Amino acid sequence: MAKPKIATTSLAGCFGCHMSILDIDERILELVDIVDFDKSPINDIKEFTGECLVGLVEGGCANEENVRVLQDFRKHCKILISLGDCAINGGLPAMRNTIPLKECLDEAYLNGPSVYNPSGRIPNDSEIPLLLNKVYPCHEVVKIDYHLPGCPPSADTIWQALTALLTDKPMELPYELIKYD
Amino acid sequence: MSENFETAIRSMCEGVGNDKARMMDIVREVQETFGCVSDDAMDLIADQVRTPRVEVESVVTFYAFLSKKQNGTVVFRLCDDIIDRMFGFERLKHAITEELGIDIGETTADGRFSLETTPCIGMCDQAPALMINDEIFTEVSRDTLLDYVEQLKAGITPERLRRRLGDGNNSNPLVSAAVSNNIRTRGEVIFAPLECGRALKKALSMSPNEVIRDIKTARLRGRGGAGFPTGMKWDFTRAARGERKFVICNADEGEPGTFKDRVILTERPELLIEGMAIAGYAIGAQEGIIYLRGEYAYLRPFLEDMLQKARNTGMLGKAIFGKQGFDFDIRIQMGAGAYVCGEETALISSCEGLRGDPKNRPPFPAQKGYHGYPTSVNNVETFCCVARILDQGAGWFSQIGSKGSTGTKLLSISGDCRRPGVYEVPFGIKLCEVLEMAGGNGAVAVQIGGPSGQMVGPKDYNRTICYDDLATGGAMMVFGPNRNLLEVVHYFMEFFVEESCGYCTPCRVGNALLKDRLERIMEGKGEPADLDYLEDLGVTVKSTSRCGLGQTSPNPILSTLKNFRPLYEQLVHEDQPFQATFDIQKALGEAKSIAGRPSMHFAE
Repeated sequence: MAKPKIATTSLAGCFGCHMSILDIDERILELVDIVDFDKSPINDIKEFTGECLVGLVEGGCANEENVRVLQDFRKHCKILISLGDCAINGGLPAMRNTIPLKECLDEAYLNGPSVYNPSGRIPNDSEIPLLLNKVYPCHEVVKIDYHLPGCPPSADTIWQALTALLTDKPMELPYELIKYD
Repeated sequence: MSENFETAIRSMCEGVGNDKARMMDIVREVQETFGCVSDDAMDLIADQVRTPRVEVESVVTFYAFLSKKQNGTVVFRLCDDIIDRMFGFERLKHAITEELGIDIGETTADGRFSLETTPCIGMCDQAPALMINDEIFTEVSRDTLLDYVEQLKAGITPERLRRRLGDGNNSNPLVSAAVSNNIRTRGEVIFAPLECGRALKKALSMSPNEVIRDIKTARLRGRGGAGFPTGMKWDFTRAARGERKFVICNADEGEPGTFKDRVILTERPELLIEGMAIAGYAIGAQEGIIYLRGEYAYLRPFLEDMLQKARNTGMLGKAIFGKQGFDFDIRIQMGAGAYVCGEETALISSCEGLRGDPKNRPPFPAQKGYHGYPTSVNNVETFCCVARILDQGAGWFSQIGSKGSTGTKLLSISGDCRRPGVYEVPFGIKLCEVLEMAGGNGAVAVQIGGPSGQMVGPKDYNRTICYDDLATGGAMMVFGPNRNLLEVVHYFMEFFVEESCGYCTPCRVGNALLKDRLERIMEGKGEPADLDYLEDLGVTVKSTSRCGLGQTSPNPILSTLKNFRPLYEQLVHEDQPFQATFDIQKALGEAKSIAGRPSMHFAE
């Protein structure tokens, strides 16, 4: 029987959660024994090659490309997991949510104290994905099956969740793994 | 602030002895006189009855019939419940908003007319209905309504708009209401002929314990819906220690689709008063309160008169019927438009001059009720049964009905049936027999017991009306084949969201979440998992809410999920591209207009 596949992505995130995935250290060898990686920054596969069992999504949705990728994940992954606080709550990028988009762009490209932009233009190449009016947590955009909180979730938490899902066993998350202060 | 205004408000407070526990009476009078309870008025009331101002404001903002902002001299309240919606509410709403040029919740610029909607005013058998100030108008057509508006504009007062008076005591000068009783079947308990005073005299010849024993032998259970054994409640109240004890009659008939108490209050007030006096004797109470819903204010002068007559004949007052040591009198407490006040502890809060918040139970009202004194709260119909049991005997009563549910039950039947109205039927009658009587044979669904009850379909029509099968406080709404049942359910959820007092989270938040998810399904954006969500959340709200409102509010959803599941299933689909609440075009709108180019991933 073919090994189940997992996919990962970082939307409006900082890749910190992916660093945390890598923090499972040598256990990644155990992991590749039981799964194959599909689309993921870890192996640099850009598009899905087939159906996956688990998708890990870091970061919320800040622009239309994030939304498209997230939809793609929902379509290809049986179980979709919001990984970390940005995916779950919007996180730091969502700090712009109380400020109108136009003001954000003006501050970033025109008025900010450290801005050097002699052209006075806001980048607007047709290749640049349009921003959303605000940053959305993933579950507000598509259905999410599980949420793994943490900034980032620790490697042990990710490991516990993945191995439980892959071996069809109950997830054991002791207090130490889900306490954040 | 004028001096007259201040004098008037202060004297209204003095009228009830500056007693802050009579806050409801004070603010109602202020509202009636000035068309609002303004900030100034609240300051004055707080000062006069020596209570924090927030106490006054919390009452004023809680009840639908009280308002801080100035109402028009004439207030239209369109009855907006599901039956009225079925019979022309939208038509009336459209006509009157257009005619007055204002929306619901607004007042005309000249300050003459205000327009509001209100949940069920207890006239479902003669829908569509509306109130103009305290006057009730039923079976109103669009043209009639426009004619009313025209006359009111010409300076006619609302009382003079009535074209006809209703049957029975509705034509009594003290009632003079254009309301019909629509009594379709008269049973042996409530609507049988009555010899006033006989039951009370009989009770007074017995000891209080013997009276309670009789009620227990008759196996009388509460008629409001919950069905608690009346004798047991009285036993607890009698046994509880308290310097004073109270009997409260719950005449806050707010459950949409229920109107049988209105008919009892109109046609059998003597029976009610007698039953309350018997209750007072049985539990050792000297004081009784009838909590009358604000919508039935038109019955108040008549009921006050009946109370006075009872005092004149010695049925109320000191040493009743010559029985030394038994004093009992009744006052009427008006409500002001709050469904939750039908819940007994919320009703007690309201009587105490507070917001209609339910109280924690235990202690139950029988131990600590009105102002902390032992209190028995019973339904209007229950008191009537009590009087009849004393008069005719417990054995006679327990022969009527079925084993676990003795006596008769008043049903308020409305909706898609040829003969809507009030039916007095023995317990144990089959639902199909009731439908046959009411001419609702083609019904695809029947809502038993109002929104907090359950909706059943044809496969349940052979079940019986009784506490152990289809329990009901009296409401029965019939829905024909052309009705969209999910719209009915949605209306009920809207109603509960509006009427939740907001004290506990499961009810305040849970009902809103249930309604949102239902809307999502109705829009075709739901998925099969949403049905599980509704069921799970519904059970949570039921089992964790503080009072009867939240403990029953998910019933419309839960009972239709059980009995009419295909209605939901045909609307939900797997593989929705987005969550129902997410609108990609809306989310991209700002950026598109700033960048001046279309989306590359999501074409419109």
